[in-house]
Amino acid sequence: MTGTRSTRWPQGRYSALALLRGALGGHRHWGRAWRAAEPRASYDVVIIGGGAHGLATAYYLASQHGIRNVAVVEKGWIGGGNTGRNTTIVRSNYRQAPLQRLLEHSLKLWEGLSDELNYNVMFSPRGALFLGHSDADMTRLAERGDSLRAMGIDAELMDVDAVRRLVPLLDFSPHARWPIQGGMIQHRGGTARHDAVAWGYARAADNLGVDVIENCEVTGFVREGDRVTGIETTRGAIAAGKVAICVAGNSGHVAGLAGLRLPIESHTLQAYVTEPVKPMIDTVIMSQSLHCYISQSDKGGIVAGGDPDGFPSYAQRGQPVRLEDAIAQAIALVPALSRLRMVRCWSGVTDMSFDGSPIIGDLPLRNLYINGGWCYGGFKATPGSGHLYAHHLATGQPHPIAAPFDLPRFAQGRTIDEAGVGPMPQHR
Amino acid sequence: MMLIDCPHCGPRAQEEFTYERTRDSVVPLDAAPAAAMATLYARANPRGEEDEIWRHTLGCRGWLELRRHRMTHAIVAVRPLGPAVLP
Ligand SMILES: Cc1cc2nc3c(=O)[nH]c(=O)nc-3n(C[C@H](O)[C@H](O)[C@H](O)COP(=O)(O)OP(=O)(O)OC[C@H]3O[C@@H](n4cnc5c(N)ncnc54)[C@H](O)[C@@H]3O)c2cc1C
Ligand SMILES: [Zn+2]
Repeated sequence: MTGTRSTRWPQGRYSALALLRGALGGHRHWGRAWRAAEPRASYDVVIIGGGAHGLATAYYLASQHGIRNVAVVEKGWIGGGNTGRNTTIVRSNYRQAPLQRLLEHSLKLWEGLSDELNYNVMFSPRGALFLGHSDADMTRLAERGDSLRAMGIDAELMDVDAVRRLVPLLDFSPHARWPIQGGMIQHRGGTARHDAVAWGYARAADNLGVDVIENCEVTGFVREGDRVTGIETTRGAIAAGKVAICVAGNSGHVAGLAGLRLPIESHTLQAYVTEPVKPMIDTVIMSQSLHCYISQSDKGGIVAGGDPDGFPSYAQRGQPVRLEDAIAQAIALVPALSRLRMVRCWSGVTDMSFDGSPIIGDLPLRNLYINGGWCYGGFKATPGSGHLYAHHLATGQPHPIAAPFDLPRFAQGRTIDEAGVGPMPQHR
Repeated sequence: MMLIDCPHCGPRAQEEFTYERTRDSVVPLDAAPAAAMATLYARANPRGEEDEIWRHTLGCRGWLELRRHRMTHAIVAVRPLGPAVLP
C-alpha cells in the first residue's frame, strides 16, 4: 500500500545508522518530529480532530492522492483523545462481512505501517484470543471462526488444553466464576503503541506538507446556504474546500455546531494499568461473554478494561463502580492479577453509534464529511479508517469497503449491528 | 458518581439506576416511518443539559425523567414519569 511516498524527511529519516550517529554525538541532532504549524487562511481540506484517525486521513490524502494543502486542526494536543487512552487491541475477527472487510483492510495496513511511516508503531501481532465459557459461547466462536475463514481471514478454534498452553495463568478450575471451555484466536491480531501511531502519522503527514495545528478548537462552521466553506476556531476562521469531521467522542457536539443530529451518543469508557511486571501474559485475552480485555504492555504493565459506563457523558471521568466491575472480571479470569498494584486508571469519551458500527461519508451539508461512531473499537481501524476516508474526500465517492457505513443506512434499515442489540448505545 | 434523588425513594446511589434513552426519542406507536426514524436516530447529544429517561431499576423500579448536564454530571431536576411514557 505504499503510494507516492516522499523521501524528503527534512528532519532526517529514522534508521539504525541515524541512531548510531546520534549515539556518537550525544543524541543532540534530533529535530522536531513535525512543525508547530500556524493556521493559514485557507486549505483544500481541513480535518477536524488530531487523533490518529484524523492524522492518518491527512497522511493518506497527501501520500495516496497528492492532496497536500491540508490542515489537521486539534483542540488539545494530538493523540490526547481516545488515541492515547485506548487499550490498543488490533484485530479483524468480527462476525459480519462489512466489518470483516473494513478491519481486515486495516490490519493489512498495520502489518506494513512502521515501514510505511518510517516510525516504529510497535505493532505486535501477539494474537487476539477470545475465551469461551459455555457451550453457547463455543458455538458462537465456531460460527464466527467459520465466517472469518470463508472470508480468508485467519481464525483458529482452540480447545481448553490449547488455551491452557497459551495462557497458563487463567483460572481453569470448573468452579471458576467464568469456566473456560476453549477459545478462538486470531494470530495476526495483537497490540500497537498508541502514541506512536499518532506521532508517526503526524510526522509523515507533516513531511508531505500537511499542517498539524494543535491548541485550536473548532467552534463553528462557515456556510453559504447548504454548503460549508470553512470553520471558525479559537485561532480565527479558516476557509476550506472540504471539511472532514473526525473527532470521535465529540462527533455529536461538532455535528451540532453545523446544526446536524447524528445517531451517536457519547459514553465514557475506562481502562487501567498495573505496575510493570515480568512477562506473564503474551497474548491479548478477551471473552465471548464478557467485556473484559487484558494484555501486557511492552513496558510490563497489565492493561485492562471492561464495560462502558452506560449513560451519556462527555466528562472523560469514569464511575468507580464500573472500574471495580472491570477489575473483578480480570481477577476472576487471571487470579494472579490480584497481587498487582494498579498505578493508573483513566477514561475516554467514545462515540457510541446506534448500531455499534462507524459512520463514514457524506453529511447532509455539502463539502462536510463525517468519520465517527467508532464506539470503543476504533483504534484497530486507524490505518484503514484514514485510508478509506481520504479516498472519499479525494474522489467524492465512498471506497467500496466503506460504502456500507454511510449515514443513510439508519433510515434505510441497513444497520450493521454486530452485537444484535438494536438502537441502544448504552447496551453495547 | 451521581446521587439521584428518586421522587419515590429519596436520594440513592447511581448504581441503583439505569439510563434508558433521551426524553425526545420515545417513538409514538402510530408514528409514520420517517418520523419514527428521526425520533429514534437523530440525537442532539449535547455537551450540556439534556432531558433523559432513567429507571430506578434496583429500587422502586419507577421511571424517572432527569435533566442532567452531560459534562458536569450535575442533576438539575428529577421528575416521576407516568406509565404511559414508554411504548
Ligand atoms: C478506554 C478505551 C479503550 C479502548 N480500547 C480500544 C481497543 O483496545 N481497541 C480498539 O480498536 N479501540 C479501542 N478504543 C476505541 C478507540 O480509542 C477509538 O475508537 C479511536 O481512538 C478513535 O480514533 P480518533 O483518532 O478519531 O479519536 P481521538 O484520538 O479521540 O481523536 C479525536 C480528536 O478530536 C479532537 N477534537 C474534539 N473536538 C474538537 C474540536 N471542536 N476542534 C478540534 N479538535 C477537536 C479531540 O481533542 C481528539 O484529539 C478504546 C477507547 C477507550 C476510551
Ligand atoms: Zn425509587
